[in-house]
Amino acid sequence: MRLPLLAALATGIALPALAESWDDTVAAAKGQTVYWNAWGGDERTNDFIAWASDELEAEYGVTIQQVKLTDTAEAVTRVIAEKAAGQTMGGSVDMIWINGANFLSMKEQGLLHGPFLHDLPNAKYLDLSDGSAAVVDFTIPTEGYESPWRLAKFVLTHDSARVAEPPKSMAALLDWSKANPGRVTHPAVSNFMGATFLKQALSELTPDAGVLQGEATDEAFAEATAPLWAWYDDLRPTLWREGTTFPENESVLQQMLNDGEVDFAMAFDPAAAAAAVERGLLPETVRSYAPEGGSIGNISFVAIPYNAAHKEGAMVVANFLLDPATQARAQDITVLGSYSVLDPAKLDDEAGAAFAALPSSPALPTNEALGRTLNEPHPSWMTRIAEEWARRYTE
Amino acid sequence: MTATEGRTLRLIVLALVAGGLVLPILAGLWETARAAFGVLPAIGATDWSLEPWHRLFALPGFGTSLTLTLWTGFASTALALALAVGFAAAMYDRFGVKGGARLLTPFLATPHAALAIGLAFLIAPSGWIARLISPWATGWALPPDVATVNDPMGLALILGLLVKEVPFFLLVILAALSQLPVRRHLSAGRALGYGRGVVWIKVILPQLYPLIRLPVYVVLSFALSVVDIAIILGPSNPPVLSVAVTRWFLAADTSLILPASAAALLQSAVVIGGIALWRGAERLCAVLGRIWTRRGGRGVSAEPGLMAAGGAVVVLMGLGALALVSLLIWSLAWRWSFPNALPESWSLKAWMRPGSGWDAALENTLIIGIATTTVSVALAIAWLEGEDRARLPRAGWAEALIYLPLLVPQIAFLYGLQVVFLRAGISGGMIAVIWAQALFVFPYVMIALSDPWRALDPRLLRAAAALGAGPVRRLLAVKLPILLRPIMTAAAIGFAVSVAQYLPTLFMGSGRIATLTTEAVTLSSGSDRRVTGVYAVLQAALPFVAYLTALALPAFLHRHRAGLRGGAV
Repeated sequence: MRLPLLAALATGIALPALAESWDDTVAAAKGQTVYWNAWGGDERTNDFIAWASDELEAEYGVTIQQVKLTDTAEAVTRVIAEKAAGQTMGGSVDMIWINGANFLSMKEQGLLHGPFLHDLPNAKYLDLSDGSAAVVDFTIPTEGYESPWRLAKFVLTHDSARVAEPPKSMAALLDWSKANPGRVTHPAVSNFMGATFLKQALSELTPDAGVLQGEATDEAFAEATAPLWAWYDDLRPTLWREGTTFPENESVLQQMLNDGEVDFAMAFDPAAAAAAVERGLLPETVRSYAPEGGSIGNISFVAIPYNAAHKEGAMVVANFLLDPATQARAQDITVLGSYSVLDPAKLDDEAGAAFAALPSSPALPTNEALGRTLNEPHPSWMTRIAEEWARRYTE
Repeated sequence: MTATEGRTLRLIVLALVAGGLVLPILAGLWETARAAFGVLPAIGATDWSLEPWHRLFALPGFGTSLTLTLWTGFASTALALALAVGFAAAMYDRFGVKGGARLLTPFLATPHAALAIGLAFLIAPSGWIARLISPWATGWALPPDVATVNDPMGLALILGLLVKEVPFFLLVILAALSQLPVRRHLSAGRALGYGRGVVWIKVILPQLYPLIRLPVYVVLSFALSVVDIAIILGPSNPPVLSVAVTRWFLAADTSLILPASAAALLQSAVVIGGIALWRGAERLCAVLGRIWTRRGGRGVSAEPGLMAAGGAVVVLMGLGALALVSLLIWSLAWRWSFPNALPESWSLKAWMRPGSGWDAALENTLIIGIATTTVSVALAIAWLEGEDRARLPRAGWAEALIYLPLLVPQIAFLYGLQVVFLRAGISGGMIAVIWAQALFVFPYVMIALSDPWRALDPRLLRAAAALGAGPVRRLLAVKLPILLRPIMTAAAIGFAVSVAQYLPTLFMGSGRIATLTTEAVTLSSGSDRRVTGVYAVLQAALPFVAYLTALALPAFLHRHRAGLRGGAV
């Protein structure tokens, strides 16, 4: 199913207006090695990148060398260091898997190449209208400086053998936890996932969620987060170990769900639980769902630093990632299980069929169960929530 | 054997140790101190100020972290020492020094991280012990919500430290006891009507303690500044100071490096202050002990205490052994859920999975371990040979020099050392990691090799000299072959220490050089115990292989030389 699509692409499915410059890009990219700086903590993602490299080499003569990061900030720091050292060309970072605060800081400091998104032939499969999730990154308009590649969305995971009717909102979670003390917890708030849990609660509980789309001023923060802290003050004593200690990250929380120490895990990837079942890390009875009022979601992007040595190669990679065949493979539960960023309405029949043919898993939520996607608050909210939480609840 | 020759060798060795080991530590401390007082040009901080300290004191949980560090450090060291002395007293005569040492080796060889990971699984509310007794004995269908690991009091951390420290103390005590006329003291004491336990406390302990004082300080320093065990078993919100410092150093917010440096400096102050405090307590015990001894009580009642200590040590060893076995089982499991006593399905996937990366980590660990050990053993032999040729006993300052890297907390100078290495252009590579690890491997090799080296029968050397052998030939043809076994043992210990290194590898390798230990600690915060099990098993197995080689190689080489078999150690 993949090859016909690639062939179609190669024989000029792209818009005629773009064809010439894109052909130039493809020609220049031939033989390049793209140093893709990407978080290396997930083996399936690393395998997927290795697969992409093989495909690209066969098709375009472009290879990917993944630079495995423990934190995306490392790559940003490297580009800043190169700028400080006057290296404005031939930089060591060709492409970064990037999001939110890191994107904002690079964009503000003029460290990004672009705009390039509209030059990619496969961008036509995206919903590029203003405010669409594919062109907004944590409330910051991407303006073509980054290209989407995978979807992330907050979900809760529970074991249906133990909890038949899970609470569908943060308020309901509090009631559930009161009735079942010690069976709920969340990752430490210094961790991204822990902070996301609080952001999800904030989005549900705050009187005017629109405020969260702007920067968090002192006044706005105090007012908007008051219900969050009231809710958390009630919740904390009912948490696992009475809220005195927290698992380090979502992986540890998932292991605790598997061990039966708690009844809920959470993830920023709707397929995480299904993938874990596949690998024997969770029982087959687990199910994932999003809170009924919608859940926080965002799209992960790739961006190209302004001084990248292999910009053309990086663009070919970014374009390849948007190929419906690539996206369908990424959504395959046995491969990566990450949801497609493409607009289903823009796919032709053949591409749509590729998605429909994907293997399913009972642990995989349906699109209905995922509900609507809430916008990420402005990055300043996350920083402030983490600081305020540490101030309030660290003894 | 000319005096100048000996002096040249000594000068070269001293220069190597000073330049290669001491200078980097001092330079590292200096860079850390500068950052602690606001100077770190790399992130644009150029003015001396007390701001990092104000920020440090204002960081949430700082006070609790400090208190936790002091509590876990002192409690574990004091308890480990008491248990080890008690066990030695209760079991002395029951097994010989050699048998005891052989029994302890597995615990000494196992790196802290592997042991801690296994222990964490063993004692968790959903862990192996709970699985073994549930639900038939406990009625638990689900694990109870009790804090048996990562508890806010740090009790699990203390337990983990005990499992690691007690065997170390026992080994040191067994070695020291061989220098004391224990049996005569015991019979004299018993003849005067003192109970066995009381003889141990009143007569033997006061003579034993000075011999093991330095190792006690090393353990105290280790317990006050340990990072890997504390990450796995210790409290998390807030953690002990050393873990907090590591987190601040590696945080995305680079400005946190300044308060982190201040905290690293404070960490050394805690260790120095802790040792001073311990020394004060020693004096107090000596004074009180003398009063108590003069009162002349015969007290047979110390015996149950000794038996309790002995029993506690056996329990600790049992926990340690179970912890290691549980890791092995996990590495072979597919699904193993609560409350099953054993996995419900087995699989070799964790071992077979291509690209899970343990092969690369294994290769790095081997290269670094062999290089570090070779350098350290060569340097140690050169040092000891220099002492021989000068015919001088080791000066106090030289002893302190050897112990320095073990007494200064790693975190206090590693960050500064990274800055120094960066400037010299050797950061982030194998060389930097090997060098940094050698700082900690060399002292252990020296400690292990010094006594057997000195115990070499001088008549052999005199005979060789009389037959016309020069110093080089005496070294190569007489000393090294005879001392092959202790040299191999020292190398095995050095290798085990190298395999266990976490912070030096993490900092000097800029996170890019993955070894079994760095991967195991990282994975312990992940969700897959089966993969963690693979790494931990490998991590524990490597030193075993090294010890086996250390035993087998001399036996093979000396198979035709009866006089060299089993004699020299």
